[in-house]
Amino acid sequence: MNMLHTSPRLSLGPILYFWPREQVIDFYAEVAETAVDIVYLGETVCSKRRTLRLEDWIELADGLAAAGKEVLLSTLTLIEAGSELGAMKRLCENRGFNIEANDIGAVNLLAGQQPFVTGPSVNVYNHRTLQVLADQGLKRWVLPVELSRDTLADMQKLRPAGVETEVFVYGRLPLAYSARCFTARAHNLPKDDCQFRCLDYPDGLLLDTREKEQFLVLNGIQTQSAKACNLLGECDDIVGLGVDVLRISPQSMHTGKVIRIFDQRLRGELSATDAETALELITPGGHCNGYWHNEPGMDACFDQEAACSH
Amino acid sequence: MSVTGAKMELVCPAGNLPALKAAVDCGADAVYIGFRDDTNARHFAGLNFNRKRAQEGIEYARRRGAKVFVAINTFAQPSGWQRWQESVDLAAELGVDALILADIGVMDYAATRWPEVRLHLSVQGSATNPEAIAFYHKNFDVQRVVLPRVLSLKQVQQVAEQSPVPLEVFGFGSLCVMVEGRCLLSSYVTGQSPNSFGACSPASAVQWVETPKGLESRLNNVLIDRYDAGESAAYPTLCKGRFEVGGNTYYAIEEPTSLNTLAVLPELQAIGIAAVKIEGRQRSPAYVRQVAQVWRAAIDNCYSNPDGYQPQPGWMAALQEVSEGAQTTLGAYHRPWQ
Repeated sequence: MNMLHTSPRLSLGPILYFWPREQVIDFYAEVAETAVDIVYLGETVCSKRRTLRLEDWIELADGLAAAGKEVLLSTLTLIEAGSELGAMKRLCENRGFNIEANDIGAVNLLAGQQPFVTGPSVNVYNHRTLQVLADQGLKRWVLPVELSRDTLADMQKLRPAGVETEVFVYGRLPLAYSARCFTARAHNLPKDDCQFRCLDYPDGLLLDTREKEQFLVLNGIQTQSAKACNLLGECDDIVGLGVDVLRISPQSMHTGKVIRIFDQRLRGELSATDAETALELITPGGHCNGYWHNEPGMDACFDQEAACSH
Repeated sequence: MSVTGAKMELVCPAGNLPALKAAVDCGADAVYIGFRDDTNARHFAGLNFNRKRAQEGIEYARRRGAKVFVAINTFAQPSGWQRWQESVDLAAELGVDALILADIGVMDYAATRWPEVRLHLSVQGSATNPEAIAFYHKNFDVQRVVLPRVLSLKQVQQVAEQSPVPLEVFGFGSLCVMVEGRCLLSSYVTGQSPNSFGACSPASAVQWVETPKGLESRLNNVLIDRYDAGESAAYPTLCKGRFEVGGNTYYAIEEPTSLNTLAVLPELQAIGIAAVKIEGRQRSPAYVRQVAQVWRAAIDNCYSNPDGYQPQPGWMAALQEVSEGAQTTLGAYHRPWQ
């Protein structure tokens, strides 16, 4: 068994779906018992999802912090209405927890005020961008999901001192954001009167091609990949590149198991093969890792030599 | 903040010198172009300008009182960084009127190396709110921001009221339903996205296949749409295909349609929008000519008589002719669309 040396920390990204309040609270009670080191909390997709208010998120954050987790609050990704801007300002003014900025507007509010993290939707594609943000207080950045291993390797060589790198290693990929709500559209409802249909889809609404191939997932105004990105097989490489944090993105089922598999793999308690098999069993819709290999994101590449397939 | 009362500038696309000349001849106040590589968001074979052509274009435009902007609006990765830096240098040396940039690192380079060159934030920069605009203004002295095509008129007005710099909005052309700069659907399927490569649903990945079920359009083998006899086929931009959701087959994301904001021109003028942009550097000189003529007339008409302004049927018909799917929409400007 290949033992990994310096172990990166594990993080749990924000819940991207709309779950009932009780489900969210129960979910984080379970998360408190898992091996994740870092938890990102908050609504990042749609401002109409308000079953938890800022005070509720902070209460959850306090509980997770008491359980020994590093907790950050995540901002909305697409800020359009004045009310959304106001909510983002209130979030950025809290001084208890660091913020994951998912829009440059949030970076502007946090710059020089408190250390911040940029989420995967902030376009950090090169070292010069990283340096500009580091000068403003960036403490960690999440690699945009379309960037490859080779670009990450270049960035790691050139990254400013004191800035940590986080990589999205497991979950359906957030691919796009719109002013339109595709879940409401699927129900012939206007966005203004969506009747909170996202509540019916705890892992989003599948979009198939006309050949019945699972293709994308509609999650309100967000579009995701139907396949889950899975970089478990690249863990040795990721560790070798000096990545500090591996991000797992929540799903309604098996998130605790996914965390355990990654944790055991990083500790060398599971072989690469056993870990992969265990993950296959609990991932609906299959895996992809094409972006890591500089191929179409939907592709699955199993080793450097083999051709990718989709 | 913006000055009400000024006439909105008409900013037209040009993918080559004939298109640039057509735009200038038909009354464009400014023309935007790109160089022949992946540093701009219309990175298509046979399109765009080298140094010599750009120079000719700038001279042509200058002699007729028009400006030239250069779009360097994709995102540079470390291995290609040099190309973005060279594009900025080239545009600055040519003396263009503004650079249209999206990447923070590229903006930092341009602002440091060429502080006298005017910078605009590209739509690919995804600035949808005043705080985001303030970031680019404060750090790089950006002088104008192009808004993503996701905001309603009311939202545009709110942003305009609080923005430290004048705004440019899209008036006509192909419509991105996703917020620009944050859409990776194309690279998920083909490996190439607007951000990384300067193209969406690139032609190299497109396949047209005649089958017993109908004509199929595919993108890297993924079925985007299938057409019955008599249905007109559209380019397989992947967000504009027909898919199955919950047992229904429909345009699950967006219909093939173009944006047309002629109907809300007086509102845009009243809000104090500085410029209206026409999409379509990949389109022909004939497209540029037709669209520029209509928009020149509309902006002039709206400016001299905003209360009596009505989009003329002739204008609408002319734009319809060159629209994707031969239909247009007000897009996000029209609230129910959201």
